[in-house]
Amino acid sequence: MKYLAQQAINALQLGSIYALIALGYSMVYGVLTMINFAHGDVFMLGAFFCLLLIALVPVPFWLALIVVMAATALLGTLIERFAYRPLRKAPRVSAIITALGCGLVIQNTTLGISPYARPMPRLLENATYQFGGVTITMLQIVIIGVSLGLMLALDFLIRKTSFGMAMRAIASDRAMVSLLGIPANEIIAITFAIGAALGGAAGLLYGMAYPVVSASMGITVGWKAFVAAVIGGIGNMRGAVLGAFILGSVEVMTVAVLPSTYRDLISYSLLLLILVFKPYGLLGKPALHKA
Amino acid sequence: MMDGIKKHLIPLSLLLLGLVVAAVLPATGLVNDYLQFVLISVAINAILCVSLNLVNGWMGEFSVGHAGFMALGAYASAILTVKLFPTAPAALLFPAAVLIGGCTAGLAGIPVGILSFKTRGDYLAIITLAFLMIVKSGLENIPYTGGPRGMLGIPRLTTLAWAYFWCVVAFWVIRNLVYSKYGRGIAAIREDEIAAEAMGVNTRTAKLVAFVTSSFFAGVAGALFAHQLQFINPSSFDILKSTEILVMVYLGGVASLGGSLLGAGAVTILTQSLQPLGTWRMVVLPAILVVLMLYRPSGIMGYRDWAWLKPFFSPAPRSNKKKETEKREGPQ
Repeated sequence: MKYLAQQAINALQLGSIYALIALGYSMVYGVLTMINFAHGDVFMLGAFFCLLLIALVPVPFWLALIVVMAATALLGTLIERFAYRPLRKAPRVSAIITALGCGLVIQNTTLGISPYARPMPRLLENATYQFGGVTITMLQIVIIGVSLGLMLALDFLIRKTSFGMAMRAIASDRAMVSLLGIPANEIIAITFAIGAALGGAAGLLYGMAYPVVSASMGITVGWKAFVAAVIGGIGNMRGAVLGAFILGSVEVMTVAVLPSTYRDLISYSLLLLILVFKPYGLLGKPALHKA
Repeated sequence: MMDGIKKHLIPLSLLLLGLVVAAVLPATGLVNDYLQFVLISVAINAILCVSLNLVNGWMGEFSVGHAGFMALGAYASAILTVKLFPTAPAALLFPAAVLIGGCTAGLAGIPVGILSFKTRGDYLAIITLAFLMIVKSGLENIPYTGGPRGMLGIPRLTTLAWAYFWCVVAFWVIRNLVYSKYGRGIAAIREDEIAAEAMGVNTRTAKLVAFVTSSFFAGVAGALFAHQLQFINPSSFDILKSTEILVMVYLGGVASLGGSLLGAGAVTILTQSLQPLGTWRMVVLPAILVVLMLYRPSGIMGYRDWAWLKPFFSPAPRSNKKKETEKREGPQ
C-alpha cells in the first residue's frame, strides 16, 4: 500500500510536468489546428535557460521560474512570428513540416553548443516529509504545486477573461473573429507565448526533478507530452491534463514492472491503441471536414 | 505487340547500358571507393525519396515514419545475411535478403495503411510518428539483434550495380503506378478525398496500395543501406533520418519522379560536403526544410516531370474518348 502511494506520488510528479507541456501543444492546436512540433524543444530550452541563468547569477527558485518563463515566452512568440505566421494560409502540411524543422534546428543548435548532458544545480533545500510512511520531498511538493497553480491560472484565463473568450472564438472560426474586430494575430501570438512559457516552466521543473539536462530532452520528454495531449484529445485543455496524468501513471507503472527501456515502447503503443479506438482522443471532438 | 517492343527498345537498352556501366565502373578503377560510396548513397536515397514521395507527394498525406520502414527492411535483411545464412553464396542470398527486407517493411505498411482509412492529415502524421517510435524502441529491446548497440559485421554486399538496379526498379514501378488508374485515384485523394470517393475511386484500395508500395521500397532501401554501411543500430533510423528524406522530397519536388532524383542527389552531395561541420550539419538540413516551406513549398520540380520520365502511352486511350463523345451525342 505504501509502495503504491509512493508510486502514485511519482506518477503525479511526472504527470504534472507532462501536463504543463501538453497544454502548450493543445493551446496551439486549439487556435491554429497545427501541431507545434517545436514545442518540445522550447521545453528543452527552458531547462537550458535555467542553467545559463544560474551560471550567470545565483537567483532563487521563484525568480528563476519567472525569468525562464519570460525567456521561453519570447522565444515562442519569435517562432510564431517568423516561421508560422507567413504560412497561415499555406496548406496544413507545410505548417507541420516547418514546425518539425524548427524543432530540429533548435535541438541541433543546442547540441552543437552543448554536446553533453549537463547536471542541474540544486535550486531548493533538500527537505523531506513523512506522511504515514510515505515520503514526499520538498521538490515534489513544489513541482506539483507550481504545475497545479499554473494550470488553474490557465483555466481561469481561458474560461473567465475576455482574452480567453477571444482565444476560444478563434478556435471555432478565425475568419469571423477578424471580421468582428478582434486582433486575431495578437491573440495567436499571446497564445504561443503562454504555451511556450508553460513549456519553459516545465523544463525548469523537469530539470530540478531529474537533474540532468540534455539537448535530446525535447524528443524524449517533450514528445511524450505531445503523446499525452493527443491521448486526451489535442485542442482540448482538460483532455491534455487528463492525458498527461494517464501517461505519467502508465510510465511509472511500466518502469516499476519492466526495464526502463520499455517505457517509450509502451507509451507510443498506448497512443496508437487510443487513436485506433478513439481517433480524436479521449475528450476530443472530430474535426469538421474542411477542404 | 511488335509496336510495344519497339517503343520500349531504346529506353530498355539505355537502362541496360547503365547497368553494365554500373557493374564495370568499379572494376576499371576510374572511381575511387569514396566516390562509389557517394554514388550508392545517391541511389539508395533516391529509392527512399521516390517511395516517400508516393505518400507525401502524390497522395498528399504527411508521413514521418519512413525511417521506421527502412529500419524494418534493414534489420530483416541483416538477420538473414548475418544470423541465419552467414555462409550462403552472396549472389543468391543478397537479392533474396533485399526482397525479404522489402516485404517485411511492406507488411508493416498494411496496418499503417489501414489506420489511414479513417484518419487524415495531422492525426495520420501522429500515427506514422508513433509507428517510427515503436519500431525504434522495439528494436532497442530485442537482444537478438543487439538491442541499442545494433548489428555489427554485416557483409558488404551492396554494389553499385545492385543499388542502380533497385533504384531503376523503384522508379519504374512507382512511375507505372502513378500514371495508372490507381495513381489517378491516389492523386484524387490528395485533391479532395470526399470528391474522389464520390467519383467512384476506391480510396481504401488506393491508400493501401500507396502505403504498401511506399514501405516496400523503404525496406528495400534499408536493406541496401545496411549492406552498404555494414553496421546498423536503432538510432540510425530516428526522426532525423526521416527528416533527411523529407528534405529530399520537398527540395526536389512533391509528386515528381525527376524531383525525387534531383532531391536525393542534391541532399546526398550536400550532406557529404558538410561532413566537416560535425553536429552543425544537422542544423543545416532542417533549416533548409523551413526555408523551403516558407518560399517554395512544393519544391523545385513540384507536380511536374521531365518528359523522358513519363510513360509513352496516354492514361486515357483515345478510342475510349471517342466512344464517350459518340454516346453523349448519339441518342439526342
